[in-house]
Amino acid sequence: MEIRVNVNGVEKRWNVEPSELLVDVLRDNGYKSVKKGCGSADCGTCTVLVDGRAVLSCSVFAASVSGKTIETLEGLGTDQQLHPIQQAFLDAAAFQCGFCAPGLIMATKELLEKEPALTEDQIRHELSGNLCRCSGYENQVKAISGLMDKKREGA
Amino acid sequence: MPNDSKTFRIVGQNKEKVDARGILRGKPVYTEDFYPRDALIVKVVHSPYAHALITRIDKSAALDIPGVVEILTYEDVPRIPYTRAGQGYPEPSPYDTVLLDHKMRFVGDTAALVIAENERAARMGVKALKIDYEVLEPVLDFEKSMSPSAPIIHDQKDSKGIYEPSRNIASHYETTIGDVEGLLARSPVQIEATYYYPKSQQVALENHCTYAYLDPQERLTLVSSTQVPFHGRRILSKILQTPPGKIRVIKPRIGSGFGSKQGLFTEGYAALACLKTGKPVCLSFNREETFTCTYTRHDMRVTVRLGAELDGRLNVIDMYSLSNTGAYGDHALTVAMGCGSKTLPLYNKVKAVRFVTDIVYTNLPNAGAYRGYGAPQGLLALDGALDELAARLNRDPLEIKAINSIREGETSPIFQIMGEGREGVPQIAASCKLGECIEIGKVAFDWAKKRKNAGWDRRTVDTVRGVGCALAMQGSGIAKVDMASATLKMNDDGTFNLLVGATDLGTGSDTILSQIAAEALGIPVENIIVYSSDTDMTPFDVGAYASSTTYVSGNAVLDAANKVKASIRRAAAALFEIDEELVEVTDGCVKNLQNGKTLTFAELCTLCFYGANQHQICETGSYVGDESPIPFMATFIEVEIDLKTGKITPIETLSVVDCGTALNPALAEGQVKGATLQALGTALFEELKFSETGKPINASLFRYKILDRSSFGKVTALLAESYEPTGPFGAKSVSEIGINTPTVALLNAVYHATGIRFHRLPLAPQTVFNALKGKA
Ligand code: FES
Ligand code: FES
Repeated sequence: MEIRVNVNGVEKRWNVEPSELLVDVLRDNGYKSVKKGCGSADCGTCTVLVDGRAVLSCSVFAASVSGKTIETLEGLGTDQQLHPIQQAFLDAAAFQCGFCAPGLIMATKELLEKEPALTEDQIRHELSGNLCRCSGYENQVKAISGLMDKKREGA
Repeated sequence: MPNDSKTFRIVGQNKEKVDARGILRGKPVYTEDFYPRDALIVKVVHSPYAHALITRIDKSAALDIPGVVEILTYEDVPRIPYTRAGQGYPEPSPYDTVLLDHKMRFVGDTAALVIAENERAARMGVKALKIDYEVLEPVLDFEKSMSPSAPIIHDQKDSKGIYEPSRNIASHYETTIGDVEGLLARSPVQIEATYYYPKSQQVALENHCTYAYLDPQERLTLVSSTQVPFHGRRILSKILQTPPGKIRVIKPRIGSGFGSKQGLFTEGYAALACLKTGKPVCLSFNREETFTCTYTRHDMRVTVRLGAELDGRLNVIDMYSLSNTGAYGDHALTVAMGCGSKTLPLYNKVKAVRFVTDIVYTNLPNAGAYRGYGAPQGLLALDGALDELAARLNRDPLEIKAINSIREGETSPIFQIMGEGREGVPQIAASCKLGECIEIGKVAFDWAKKRKNAGWDRRTVDTVRGVGCALAMQGSGIAKVDMASATLKMNDDGTFNLLVGATDLGTGSDTILSQIAAEALGIPVENIIVYSSDTDMTPFDVGAYASSTTYVSGNAVLDAANKVKASIRRAAAALFEIDEELVEVTDGCVKNLQNGKTLTFAELCTLCFYGANQHQICETGSYVGDESPIPFMATFIEVEIDLKTGKITPIETLSVVDCGTALNPALAEGQVKGATLQALGTALFEELKFSETGKPINASLFRYKILDRSSFGKVTALLAESYEPTGPFGAKSVSEIGINTPTVALLNAVYHATGIRFHRLPLAPQTVFNALKGKA
């Protein structure tokens, strides 16, 4: 079946099997930032935004997102100018292997838009589905908290 | 030499990780991101039985499925015994494995490979393949492996290096210094304690994966999520009967490994499938396969006997460990030896010490390398026993551990006796700030006050708090075994290619190695273009394990940098037509001290390419450690226990580490914090579990669980100031040590809170609750 999606601002038409998962379809079409750490909705590495909402792309069928807008990490920032979230994570030395980064950055993007005024504890709770085995989480949380502070100051 | 000056410009700075921007932009950087679109898919057919023989294979139905290309079983490959452990050659692990076998030794063992044109066909092929088994009785309890009635797991004749196959003993080791029994008997205080460390898993977020293709010259090329590309090439060469020169192993970015990628799992199967079909192939393990078909921690039962004076001074330590290596003996001996060699020297003031270990087979998934490499298991028992000693003497456990522990300039006979699966090398703790770690931590954590304010008598209706501490050590590479090398090649813009065999698996080693090169050459780190781990392109390195990269590979980089600096000086002297001593090499320039004329590195290299005295400035350095400098650490932890549920919540974990010079403090702290969380997970709930037939019952992230970001309190890592004279710019290792202490420190804290001494991890709420009920 054919689906139409807008990925990172570009209209796409893809032929997919009804049983195909969004994570696989995205990766097959070159969006390699989307990671598959578990395939069972337990790690958060496959997080993308669908119509602005953070979604585990390993747990939705590609067919179900037809007509929707998808954002992946490829759409954020440029080589010359990192997106503020990327910059904040860079400044905080937030990642080691970085395998969790794409999912966490997308989840952070949603959180910043949805609830930009959270305490560190609330951030930890909200993003608990995005696992990281390397970093100890702290620098990631600090970076997000800093982004929220900035957002509030700017607002 | 600026090498031992302690004022640095690039080293010691939190330089941005060299791969950070690519990762943050979501660029394809990991193995799976590069799979060729036309690659065949390889899937492993796993044994459903813990112990069984394949009696018949019928490929026909599977081969009939459209898209299935080939099925490979033991009938299709020669039997070449080897070990999948990526260790220095000859490996201390027994050669008890063949690529495809007819005997299955755990649920998940490889029965066959299905190669297909696409995922769907591959899956259907796996389902359709008919294999008949003769089911054998399994050995699932490692404490019963050695019993005479236990079935023999490795009864094949062609294995090499198994200690006693008939008793399921993969390896055995023992050493004694001094009169252990006599001193024990004469010591006024004696402690005997037995602890159990669970079978936890590394849980690198990137699953194991490999793709393989034949290059235009028909050379087998593998891109793989491996910690050991060079060992991988050597091992593949052996089992595929292909010369190493016809194999290339490339390591892209790795989604971490923690030891699980120090073994060859997907590599051998992908390589075989590629050679058999002549086509590009890829093989990705799913999460369940990563849990059960790679490595786990060796679960162990460790007994420690201590003999001490009434003032708490130790006379003797006796340690016995029974280690469960699972179905195969990967890293069996070396991890178990680490249990002693990476813990006993901490308490070096004893007059006698004994260490004995048996490493036994079971029909469970393979144990192997996991961050800490035996030290966490040994320390659980040793530190736990010391805590028991302190309790017996009614003393502060920190004090008991402190007075017995090693100090700068001291040594331990263990260093010389116990190495990595063989004899060690004598060494003195030339840099040891353990005393400082203890003092700094004591103050920062507010140990005395927290200890006074917690404990059973201070409980509330709902909760009780406790504090615990533990001391740890590790090594920095394997002395006289681990070799690393690095090449620095000068470019005509003044940059340098740094080619290293060292395997950055997410730790940031590419970054710190670049910092070392930049510091030594006096240039910005941006002028170093680092490329790591490609057996065709980079010089040899044993790989990323044994906390070796900073120290061993770092020293290799320093050696290369010093050589390249000498070459630069030589080239400049020739151009200036002066003696080499009259050339100064600083800040990316060469200066003629006679007339003050300077050339930038860019100008010099351009002249070397196109002007006079034309040649490429390029040098390779190598290093093998004469010793393995020891990082030290003191950890303090406070926990709160919910008396109604038994749930333990870590409130604060603070570690102070002596890792020598922290080449990149942010990365060093990150290593400690990440390791702390892995250890806390093990203390609280991480354990692979199996049914009574040996089937894994929690091999998913949902059931196994690792700590998420909401549930572990505050974690702090502090770095004690220290300088290791033999390290690159004073550095020692830091990647593993952080995992050694939090487990036992937490267990000690639970004792402090409740007065109940647990001897088995993890401490599930139910276990704690039941024990509390017994108390009330
Ligand atoms: S891959 Fe989707 S949550 Fe893990
Ligand atoms: S940095 Fe490795 S999983 Fe997060």
